[in-house]
Amino acid sequence: MSEQIHVPTMAEYIAQGKQPEVLFWVGCAGSFDDRAKKITKAFVKLLTNAKVDFAVLGTEESCTGDPAKRAGNEFLFQMQAMMNIQVLNGYEIKKIVTACPHCFNTIKNEYPGLGGSYEVIHHTQFLKSLLNEGRLKIEGGKFKGKRITFHDPCYLGRANGEYEAPRELLEKLEVELVEMRRCKTKGLCCGAGGAQMFKEPEPGIKDINVERTEEALEIKPEVIAAGCPFCNTMMTDGVKAKHKEQEVAVMDVAEMIANADEL
Amino acid sequence: MQYLPNIIFFLVLIVGIGYFTMNIRKIIRNVKLGHEVDTSGNRGERWGNVLRIALGQSKMVVRPVSGLMHIIVYVGFVIINIEVLEIIIDGLFGTHRVLSFLGPVYDYLIASFEILALLVLVAVIVFWIRRNIQRIQRFISPDLKGWPKNDANYILYFEMVLMLLFLIMNGADHMLQDMGSEHYTEAGMFPVSIHLFPILENFSEQTLILIERTAWWLHIIGILVFLNYLYFSKHLHIILAFPNVYYGKIVPKGKFRNLDSVTKEVELMMDPAADPYAAPAEGAEAPAKFGASDATDLSRIQLLAAYTCTECGRCTSECPASITGKKLSPRKIMMDTRDRLEEIGKNIEKNGEFKPDGKQLLDDYITREELWACTTCNACVQACPVSIDPLSIIMDMRQFLVMEQSAAPNELNIAMTNIENNGAPWPYNQMDRLNWKNEA
Repeated sequence: MSEQIHVPTMAEYIAQGKQPEVLFWVGCAGSFDDRAKKITKAFVKLLTNAKVDFAVLGTEESCTGDPAKRAGNEFLFQMQAMMNIQVLNGYEIKKIVTACPHCFNTIKNEYPGLGGSYEVIHHTQFLKSLLNEGRLKIEGGKFKGKRITFHDPCYLGRANGEYEAPRELLEKLEVELVEMRRCKTKGLCCGAGGAQMFKEPEPGIKDINVERTEEALEIKPEVIAAGCPFCNTMMTDGVKAKHKEQEVAVMDVAEMIANADEL
Repeated sequence: MQYLPNIIFFLVLIVGIGYFTMNIRKIIRNVKLGHEVDTSGNRGERWGNVLRIALGQSKMVVRPVSGLMHIIVYVGFVIINIEVLEIIIDGLFGTHRVLSFLGPVYDYLIASFEILALLVLVAVIVFWIRRNIQRIQRFISPDLKGWPKNDANYILYFEMVLMLLFLIMNGADHMLQDMGSEHYTEAGMFPVSIHLFPILENFSEQTLILIERTAWWLHIIGILVFLNYLYFSKHLHIILAFPNVYYGKIVPKGKFRNLDSVTKEVELMMDPAADPYAAPAEGAEAPAKFGASDATDLSRIQLLAAYTCTECGRCTSECPASITGKKLSPRKIMMDTRDRLEEIGKNIEKNGEFKPDGKQLLDDYITREELWACTTCNACVQACPVSIDPLSIIMDMRQFLVMEQSAAPNELNIAMTNIENNGAPWPYNQMDRLNWKNEA
């Protein structure tokens, strides 16, 4: 992991008069959160490995406004959205891939009404299409036969109806995919959505991430697979709260694929 | 005097339907207090939803036990209503089983009504047991305390009594037909009531006529009373589920509405040519209030949904906040919205127009603690069998809190300030956004 990875920016692309195949929208968590940065790097490795011509916005990227909108600050959301749309439209972006379901949902569903229409794909959907096109090879590797459960991110699953792409990728890793009692349309939130990530929860009998982690631990997985940086944090905290961090890992699907054959 | 029963029946029918119509008009008036929403287009998809979700009960069977029971009661309700048509004609014109000219078809029709009536009776008893003995969480949670719990039971008692009266009426009728009693021409097949009430065999013709007439009258009066009870109960869904599903959300669940009023202001702000000191144009409309603090700030669709909610609690039982003991219950959001809307409606009736009563939906009904506990995960929206969106009301009320009152929890204010200043919810410099690529 020590060698420097090549991550071109849109500015560099345009300077050379080129358009990338796809823009990788990194997101705030993917840019700044130590845990999520690992997911970003894993995904970049997969993109490089599959010879995908991609670029990032780098310092020109800014929060999509999702947490502001869900907190009720429509004003701040639309300011963020319009600034981002100006940048994206300026670069004539057509296709965006992101590893964050919140960015994915906001750009896909809420930007078009403000003048920003793009083809927006979640990284698990993109990896699936790379796989189908034969550009990416996934083999079981070190996860083969391991007991894995997938925690559905609300903003990928219920919000946008994508339940299968991450599961298909896991199946390619030849894992033993086990489902939690509440999965897919009935999947339980990790507790981070709706800007909850940035505040303490209201008083109750339990934290939501603990409730969800307990449910995952019931089926005794070796890895809890996630598809969202916030779910990842919440589930990791939950596993720690249950003192199971030695036995159970929380990993993004992209990390699992990148780790499987030690890219 | 020969026509006295017909006249009485006519009057009962007029009063029953008249009072119901009056209350339906109240509902329409109250729903129209909400703002209009553009729902044009997509008619095909919307009608498809009505067929699949409302008529076809597709979301009910996600929970197989209650779903199947509900389908029995629903099918029973719809089909047995064909019998009500006959009862009304008989009542108005003094005929007896006027549809019996259908011959064998009629026999099978009556037989199917009887079987359905028995199934409905059994299902309703199971429902009563689930609500009162089994202690299923969503039926004993605190938001149902008092009237809502009693209301649910009254509905079940109504249905039990109506089905029993229907079967008693048929049983006595069948006995009289066998006796060759005048007026009771042989018609219909009675596979259930024949076995259910063997005791009827011991009665004289006079007593049987008395029983049959009493059951007949109580049955139709009971139906009219039940019809009028709907407005006062949670049971309006039998009618409103259909329009509510039609107007239900058809875009991805994650797509929240962008406020047009905000768009205008943001566009103005980002327009370098705009004069920041310009006075509003002559006759320009005042900027709309952001978000919702009272029921009348909501949309007509949200208000219709409040009347549609039958308080089944599937939303609350899937809500991560409710599950982990927070105060939020999506069901209560809908119940509160309806209660407040009814209060506003009564205020209008009393005063001719709405007189401020010092109350509002926010704080007096729905607390801030409830609103801030939501993770916007859409579990409630997914769970609702009749396409209600409690989340949209929570979001509108959060918008009021944040944009009109700047009353977000402090940690959220910090996150939002960060977004505003440096483009991320955490205090990192935007210029450091690509640093990750150089980190080992």
